[in-house]
Amino acid sequence: MKDIRLMKGNEALAEGVIRAGCDGYFGYPITPQSEILEYLMANNTKERTGMIVLQAESEIASIHMVYGGAAAGKRVITSSSSPGISLMQEGISFMAGTELPCLLVNVVRGGPGLGTIQPSQSDYFQAVKGGGHGDYKMIVLAPASVQEMYDFAKLGFDLAFKHRIQVMILSDGAIGQMMEKVELDEQIPRLADAEIVKKYPWATTGKTPDRERNIITSLDLNPVKQEIINQNLQKKFKHIQETEVRFERFMCDDAEYLFVAYGSSARICQKAVMLGRARGIKVGLLRPITLFPFPTNELARLAKQVKGMQAIEMSAGQMVEDVRLSVNGAVPVEHYGRLGGIIPAPDEVLNVLEQNFIHSKKEKRYEPATY
Amino acid sequence: MSQLLTSEEICQPENMVYHRTCLLTDAALSYCPGCGHGTAHRLIMETIEEMNLQADTIGVAPVGCSVLAYDFMDIDMQQAAHGRAPAVATGIKRLYPDKFVFTYQGDGDLAAIGTGETIHACNRGENITIFFVNNGIYGMTGGQMAPTTLPGMKTATSPFGRDTATMGYPLKITELIANLPGTYYVTRQAVHTPASVRKAKKAIEKAIQYQKLNKGLCFVEIVSNCNSGWKMTPLESNKWMEENMFPFYPLGDIKVPK
Repeated sequence: MKDIRLMKGNEALAEGVIRAGCDGYFGYPITPQSEILEYLMANNTKERTGMIVLQAESEIASIHMVYGGAAAGKRVITSSSSPGISLMQEGISFMAGTELPCLLVNVVRGGPGLGTIQPSQSDYFQAVKGGGHGDYKMIVLAPASVQEMYDFAKLGFDLAFKHRIQVMILSDGAIGQMMEKVELDEQIPRLADAEIVKKYPWATTGKTPDRERNIITSLDLNPVKQEIINQNLQKKFKHIQETEVRFERFMCDDAEYLFVAYGSSARICQKAVMLGRARGIKVGLLRPITLFPFPTNELARLAKQVKGMQAIEMSAGQMVEDVRLSVNGAVPVEHYGRLGGIIPAPDEVLNVLEQNFIHSKKEKRYEPATY
Repeated sequence: MSQLLTSEEICQPENMVYHRTCLLTDAALSYCPGCGHGTAHRLIMETIEEMNLQADTIGVAPVGCSVLAYDFMDIDMQQAAHGRAPAVATGIKRLYPDKFVFTYQGDGDLAAIGTGETIHACNRGENITIFFVNNGIYGMTGGQMAPTTLPGMKTATSPFGRDTATMGYPLKITELIANLPGTYYVTRQAVHTPASVRKAKKAIEKAIQYQKLNKGLCFVEIVSNCNSGWKMTPLESNKWMEENMFPFYPLGDIKVPK
């Protein structure tokens, strides 16, 4: 019989992390994602699977605890929300430079600064374009449901170890806090220390006589070597772009107009597509699931089919830049976003699409709803 | 007429009373001649060899003069971001409670940028060992003022001497963390004379042994010279250290197991 539960997004993620065979969670409380740490603590993971859960003194300490565990070959994770993720950028950059696998979760809230605790998608650039110092990318997964919060824990760990890269689950306060049904999988056992030694020969597990010492460092003062290190990183990112793109097409086959949205905005656009279809508009939705790598080729294909693309984000226009790069001027691309924790409504975004592409441009533009 | 022995004849295994530990690599040390880091490295590696811990040891290197410690220590090592070594070591030790995990840090790393990580790792009683080399100056970046720079001491960023009214006081972080219930053994040593080297070795041995008992954090400070940063000859710097550093940072055990 299937194990189906009603869960919050944050709780589903925490359960997914345990069942994915995670070895350690290091984190610091911050709204709207504190349920992750609370759920893990309440579940007594030490007894359940042997997983370590530690509340650190700061997000900075959390990410460096993750660094230590990851460098020793363990499946480790931290989670936070926007201001906390900003603090972690140092550690993330060091993990990029040392090619350490880990899972990071950002349940995004509005910024800048302390901003708000309400949902937002304004950390797209930080997640997708780098965030910390240096030339690097993370794989960024954007869940649009509580089920995906759960599923992406395992997917994230698998991708992280497959490519020796940091994987970020870029969620938001709405997905983290809302409740939906979740279908749970069987527990995946944690790897024994001996298996880690075999599987990850690069890990610092203690130097044995049969191998050279393992060193995890991002430092090389020789510019010739450092350039090669960077070029190899770029090769890896290119390979990921070629092999790991994930997206969902919703009513795209006959679409004349296209919403492009991820995460909770995609859920809103899904509803807007249904409303639009009821009004006789052939509209579809392309939902990027991986934000890096971005579904560039799919959007370029759709640009030959549709008359216009409407990006919807809870930001001032971040993902829309990648949409424009993908279609390269082939069709008009418009942005619409709400800021500061305001979530747009389905009829609101549909009206925007109609205003931008279907009605005459001279007609009165849509007035956003006020709260 | 008696024949003099050749050096080949003298260097026989049966005559060997001292050798360099096999856990130091052949890489030339990046430290200035006269600096205490080399001796501190040697003592730690020697102890790990004597305790047969190489396969169980994971070390964490800092940012600072000893950033390249992993080039010289023949063990698995991780290089941590500036000041974060105690957090990195926490991550390792929590996931490998049976390994010997240590950090090797300087004063800028441990007592300025990494103060938070240091205090909280100590306060949680992490079962790790921290080796703290305190020379009162930022050596690698060219002799700037450190959290442990003495009042009146001239550095590149306190060219007229450390003025405590505007630059604050030197931080006695070792005394501070000795007050935390999470620390088990806290000591301050030096490595500038044969006698101090012998004492430091004993302290290092204890700090490593205690980690096995899971009693809490062991902390070994080594007050060292920085002849380049202090702009002195090695001998002058050792004398200056005895006359100025030791009165402010007195040597000896600060907290011992009951």
